[in-house]
Amino acid sequence: MAADEQVTLLDTWASSIGMRVRIALAEKGVKYEFIEQDLWNKSGLLLQMNPVHKKIPVLVHNGKPVCESLVIAQYIDEVWKDKAPLLPSDPYQRAQSRFWADFVDKKIYEHVRTIMTTKVEDQEAAGKKDFIDTLKLMEGELGDKPYFGGETLGYVDVALLPYCCWFYTYENILNFSLEADCPKLNAYCKRCLQKESVSKSLEDPKKIYDFALKLRKKLGVE
Amino acid sequence: MASDQVTLLDLWASPFGMRVRLALAEKGVKYEYSEQDLMNKGALLLQMNPVHKKIPVLVHNGKPVCESLIIVQYIDEVWKDKAPFLPSDPYQRAQSRFWADFVDKKIYDFGRKIWMEKGEDQEAAKKGFIDSLKLLEGELGDKPYFGGETIGYVDIALVPFYTWFYAYETIGNFSIEAECPKLIGYCKRCLKKETVSKSLEDPKKVYDFVVMLRKKYGIE
Repeated sequence: MAADEQVTLLDTWASSIGMRVRIALAEKGVKYEFIEQDLWNKSGLLLQMNPVHKKIPVLVHNGKPVCESLVIAQYIDEVWKDKAPLLPSDPYQRAQSRFWADFVDKKIYEHVRTIMTTKVEDQEAAGKKDFIDTLKLMEGELGDKPYFGGETLGYVDVALLPYCCWFYTYENILNFSLEADCPKLNAYCKRCLQKESVSKSLEDPKKIYDFALKLRKKLGVE
Repeated sequence: MASDQVTLLDLWASPFGMRVRLALAEKGVKYEYSEQDLMNKGALLLQMNPVHKKIPVLVHNGKPVCESLIIVQYIDEVWKDKAPFLPSDPYQRAQSRFWADFVDKKIYDFGRKIWMEKGEDQEAAKKGFIDSLKLLEGELGDKPYFGGETIGYVDIALVPFYTWFYAYETIGNFSIEAECPKLIGYCKRCLKKETVSKSLEDPKKVYDFVVMLRKKYGIE
């Protein structure tokens, strides 16, 4: 596999969705080329590799594109199957993992989109409490396990962990403390960041916050 | 396997529920169908899907699986010796997952807006809907099914929405067949298969259901 393997990731540095793919690749020890995309001025390569959605992340493996972060994560798990399995082998446990990763997509992703496109003074009305309740639901699912995947990092962790470097931003915009409201999730993030595959795949929370403020100014909500 | 207990919590008109019915039919799995009242949710539904409180829910030997495409993948993995839905090659599997996700993101959302919205919003939804179907036509190409020679994951994700096309057309005042003849041809071809025809509902009955919903939501 190693000699003629060509793995490229079309991504943007701050994307919590792109970070999912970076974590999956790091867990599998896959070397890849990261190509930063300008989403305000989309490249010919991006439009060619994701003509349907024109979005990142896109994994290009030996010239063939795979799109949609969770589809990519499952692809990575199936291709590089001899190391660090992301999904369990039991069909029922796999269904549960897929359910919770889908929950992260349906609930947390939609919440953060609202947070990012809403003025600070409108956040309470826009669902601040619902967001925190959603995080608490995730805490309940984590329970006493070190990872959502159990003893090792898994598919749900891949879906959720990128938000760890974005929580500082959400705390500032929403005026809440993750440590106070969701101490278990806070501890989970700190624990996971000790893992190299996670720490090298995520970005600095302060840099993310600067980026978020600039983006919110651009969107007219800051 | 013979002592398997399989129950489906569902709503007759739901295209998501029809996906699961079709998947179970393809695998030849016997199950108990339990019609749910979503205006007055039963304790069983709330117990089996406490997070979303939605149908469909597959209950297999007492354990619930929720979200239609997750259920379909589960069915494919448990009853793996017959009628595989996903190809074996990882790249082809990724393509199947991509297009099933596309159906979820585009067909359902635009379709919903066609029957719930009016004026400009409805027109925009009609355009988005047709554009999405045309993309699917391109993906289908000359294959009999999205799965190739046999019904697969994308077919299961998409075909149930055909039962809602008559409602979209009538309410939206447009012809899907005129814009996407290949896709309609594909749907009619699928309906010739017994597993499909017995899993899908009558489009006229679905239309009556949508009319009732529109009255309920005060859209008329």
